[in-house]
Amino acid sequence: MHTFEFIRPTDPGSAIAAAAQSKTAQQGADVRFMGGGTTLIDLMKLNVETPDRVLDINRLPLDKIEATPDGGLKIGATVRNSDLAYHPKVQKDYAVLSQAILNGASAQIRNMATVGGNLLQRTRCVYFRDTAMSCNKREPGTGCPAITGHNRTLAILGSSEHCIATNPSDMCVAMAALEATIHVQGAKGSRSIPFGDFHLLPGSTPQRETVLEPGDLITHVTLPPPIVGSRQMYLKLRDRASYEFALASAAVVLTIASGRITRARVALGGVGTKPWRSPEAEGALTGKPANDATFRQAAEAALRNAKPQSENKFKIELAKRCLAHALKMASMS
Amino acid sequence: MSIDDLKSQPTDPTRRKFLLTSGSSVAASLVAAYVPASAKSAAEGTDSGATSALSNIEGAIPITLRINGKEHSLRIDPCTTLLDCIRETVALTGTKKGCDHGQCGACTVHVNGKRVLSCLNLALMHDGKEITTVEGLGTPDAMHPMQASFLACDAYQCGYCTSGQIMSAVALLKEPCGPDDTSVKELMSGNICRCGAYANIVEAIQQVRKNV
Repeated sequence: MHTFEFIRPTDPGSAIAAAAQSKTAQQGADVRFMGGGTTLIDLMKLNVETPDRVLDINRLPLDKIEATPDGGLKIGATVRNSDLAYHPKVQKDYAVLSQAILNGASAQIRNMATVGGNLLQRTRCVYFRDTAMSCNKREPGTGCPAITGHNRTLAILGSSEHCIATNPSDMCVAMAALEATIHVQGAKGSRSIPFGDFHLLPGSTPQRETVLEPGDLITHVTLPPPIVGSRQMYLKLRDRASYEFALASAAVVLTIASGRITRARVALGGVGTKPWRSPEAEGALTGKPANDATFRQAAEAALRNAKPQSENKFKIELAKRCLAHALKMASMS
Repeated sequence: MSIDDLKSQPTDPTRRKFLLTSGSSVAASLVAAYVPASAKSAAEGTDSGATSALSNIEGAIPITLRINGKEHSLRIDPCTTLLDCIRETVALTGTKKGCDHGQCGACTVHVNGKRVLSCLNLALMHDGKEITTVEGLGTPDAMHPMQASFLACDAYQCGYCTSGQIMSAVALLKEPCGPDDTSVKELMSGNICRCGAYANIVEAIQQVRKNV
């Protein structure tokens, strides 16, 4: 592990000022915030991340879950994944989020990982994680050996000729479907970022994964007020029953009245280069009868633009069945 | 002798005694060579050795770790994981290093009562927190019920993952977990056993849960 200076800021202002000195807030940042450490320490041991300064943000007052004046929920950036998943209001009103988190990682990791850190979870692409290999995300311009190599678990939506790395987060898929907002405090003040605008497609700059700039500190995430009577489901398909990343997953939030779908929010995981909200599926569901034919049509719409790699064509049909089944389970809940 | 007889006669469960009495003096001396002198003094209850030995390391930061109810005043290089600190600096070797990347669960310890992976934690992040390792659960003469149950159910083969399994299992007792085996398996999925003792591990945990 690259040696680093360990700093424990006591207020957000000094943390932001220290982080603002970093050349970038993206891959290869020389200053990093540390929450749970479950991603960052892992990547530092692999020398994929080599920060000179690490800012421990766990003493900052960012660890609360509170109701918002509009009836929504404010979730501090250092709230642990397990505390969020087991929170009574999350289990009752945002069940898809609780399910997604509990489908991810292990109990130990959920006790450590923070909400802010999960928003910034890095890909599990084996080429990204191995410094002996080329990788456009890790070292821009060196090439993407995954495209001609081992790509079974990699993305079929949102990829580019430069990068096909999958976003591995479960929590983010649920937050995309719940239309969360990410709140950031930075060197130039505070701003709120709609969930769908936070993560970036790889395009020709896969080293840029989010809109964060040096000094930007995620302070909290807000969820809008719960949709009364909504039916929610997170379904995750993977190579083993537990403790594994998704090959395909789906988060759905449906409102059904008199057998018809009046509102639909759909996001997919394990298949996209970012948490994959699907307006195509939502459009195919809204106003339609809640039945198997509608669910299959929505699944077809969601994967219409899918681009498989040499080893992962199976993920297209898998993701379709995953979404259709999640919709069916939600409709029956 | 029946299985029940065996379960009721776990006479000497100490792994260290087994090693020492099975002619592995060479191995034992090698192990001893890898424990730094500073760590030995820490194990013997005086941390001054650890402090002085590391005081010359550039960038080392003084912290106090409270492990199994005992305070350790240490100077720690920022790179040091909680796992390496527990094993190498404090010389509590019950906590095991498996994958060192958060994939196997062998290094599971409790921080403020919750189970975490000590390999994905920096020691410096735990200044002032209450850390419990397998050595803090019980002793060979007064085992924690979960330790006794693992022994009674033969919930291991090689034993390398066992301390992590037991630390996870003890934490599970206080977590939301359904009564069935499937729920236990789900919440224990972060602890890999390459010998495949899973069936007996689940049995050991369920035995304890029935008696709580």
